[in-house]
Amino acid sequence: MNAINDTFLKLKNAGEKGLVVYLTAGDPDFKSSLSYLRAAADGGADILEVGVPFSDPTADGPTIEAASRRALAGGMNVRKALELVHELQKTHSTPVVLFGYYNPFFRYGQTSLWKDARAAGVDGFLVVDLPYEEAGVAIDEMRKEGLCWIPLAAPTSGIGRIREFDRAGSGFMYLISVTGVTGVRDMFPPEMLSWSGKVKSAVTLPLAVGFGISTPEMARQAVRHADAAIVGSACVKIVERDGRSSRGPARLCQFVRSLKSALR
Amino acid sequence: MRKNRAIRLPDDMGHFGPFGGRYVAETLMSALIELEKAYKAAKRDTAFRRELGAQLQDYAGRPTPVYFAQRLTEKGGGARIFLKREDLAHTGSHKINNTLGQGLLARRMGKSRIIAETGAGQHGVATATVCARMGIPCEVYMGEEDVRRQALNVFRMRLLGARVSPVVSGSRTLKDAMNEALRDWVTNVRTTYYLIGSTAGPHPYPMMVRDFQSVIGREAIRQFRKATGGLPSAVGACVGGGSNAMGIFYDFIQHPKVRLFGVEAAGKGLSSGKHGATIARGKVGVLHGSKSYVLQDEGGQILEAYSISAGLDYPGVGPEHAWLKKSGMATYVSVTDTQALEGFDLLSRYEGIQPALESSHAVAYGYALARKMRKSESVLINLSGRGDKDAGILMEQEKASL
Repeated sequence: MNAINDTFLKLKNAGEKGLVVYLTAGDPDFKSSLSYLRAAADGGADILEVGVPFSDPTADGPTIEAASRRALAGGMNVRKALELVHELQKTHSTPVVLFGYYNPFFRYGQTSLWKDARAAGVDGFLVVDLPYEEAGVAIDEMRKEGLCWIPLAAPTSGIGRIREFDRAGSGFMYLISVTGVTGVRDMFPPEMLSWSGKVKSAVTLPLAVGFGISTPEMARQAVRHADAAIVGSACVKIVERDGRSSRGPARLCQFVRSLKSALR
Repeated sequence: MRKNRAIRLPDDMGHFGPFGGRYVAETLMSALIELEKAYKAAKRDTAFRRELGAQLQDYAGRPTPVYFAQRLTEKGGGARIFLKREDLAHTGSHKINNTLGQGLLARRMGKSRIIAETGAGQHGVATATVCARMGIPCEVYMGEEDVRRQALNVFRMRLLGARVSPVVSGSRTLKDAMNEALRDWVTNVRTTYYLIGSTAGPHPYPMMVRDFQSVIGREAIRQFRKATGGLPSAVGACVGGGSNAMGIFYDFIQHPKVRLFGVEAAGKGLSSGKHGATIARGKVGVLHGSKSYVLQDEGGQILEAYSISAGLDYPGVGPEHAWLKKSGMATYVSVTDTQALEGFDLLSRYEGIQPALESSHAVAYGYALARKMRKSESVLINLSGRGDKDAGILMEQEKASL
């Protein structure tokens, strides 16, 4: 059984909601990035979303765009991101979703990527700009390797499309809370709750809500009709501020702990 | 043979052979599907076609002439050189053909705001123009570097009532402007129409922009036949994203005897690493929503393109050009900054026509090609825009060479 499914099953049995933490691989360098990922896991992240940086992240806001730039300046790429996951798995068994844009994955070579990723300990993939219609072959190949294809559902998707994703995907479904790019927001749009409720009742996959969640309170709101909250930019901001400082991972760990305690 | 292979593309999913498609965030998928449906319905609607035809004629000044460049031909001493005068279209380039079409489509779809990206500013001006005419608010994203080197067009856009938003990320050129326009669209997708100016981007844009620009080739075939009784031996056009080239090539694809040349920007030379020759030096990849050739490093990160002309300074290329290249239906060559400047001078001195620096690339190649050809042959160059906007760059060049 895939570790992501296992995690959601355990959360359900414990009556808890899940926390997915996003960090950009290699931000600001390989070693610091590993410390931050470990800190997030220690703080109680149930799943880690490890972002492979891309030069042109069109679905990301300024925070993650800046993190991508820092990581690329430090020489991060797909191969090194897999090494990073491999290192992480030596100390932590937290499931890992590799997140990224299609071109670096395509350039790496799709078929060898799934194999290498599995070997490194990756459990699933979320490719922002590889929508369902273009993902057919990738989904089949991933399934054969035991990897989850994590579908994205947007406020503009419509329930019909979302049902299709639900059949094709595995692990969980990533529900985008707002039309827009990633980034910290103060509140959700008013229609978010009714909409996530509608999606929840239409799908069988666990539902994780992301985009804009910046506080434990928002995380709690996000999971009213969902199984997990995804926090990215708010965590990346800690990395942005503290960088290579040894206090950074401790601060991130504390923040993640505060998020997770709101979900218990 | 050629007709069957090209004219029916793209397929339903927007693929030109292995290229094209829709590689965008899920948030945009429904908008692209809605756009494709609206476009197909408009295309079938005779009222839409009639309105567009009337506007192309009365507002944009079409048809633009095919002009025999006699003195340039005599200087070259080879094939006869003809120019398709898109520089004479309203706003100074071919871009108006597409912005009129998509502008009418946006209005038909009930969109209350139009955004666009621009490199040289020609597409930005053409979009701002159409928005002014229709009374729709317009925001144009433009890389900060391009804002600097195409200051005249920035001013024109502002005079037309558009908001010009400089983009400070990456190379601060067309690629980054497109990133920012996509970010705006993903945020305001329900109310905003994204008016892409090139044959790039996700399906249906490459098809739709090609269709709106194909008026260039359709007119040119008719005009050339009337003037000479036949077709040109070769057709040349500059290729950045590829809209003017696709526009003139498209109807010629049915005539396999006419050789098609796409001219990319070789910048400071192909081996210098500072160029925009995506087809010559790129590898297959995905950028801005479609699969095509892309200038990228081994890790799949997009490289910064370079050209003296802002409109050719783009690390991607339209997917249909990738297909024409792969299938051998068109040939792609490149011309350096220096050669393009020579092309500009030639046309200025011998014909009294000052082409845009983008179009100067096509002039330089077309002239060199004509010189090697027989006098009985002919070359048709798509003069995609006029050069007023480049006066600042030309002045800088002159100062530097003193």
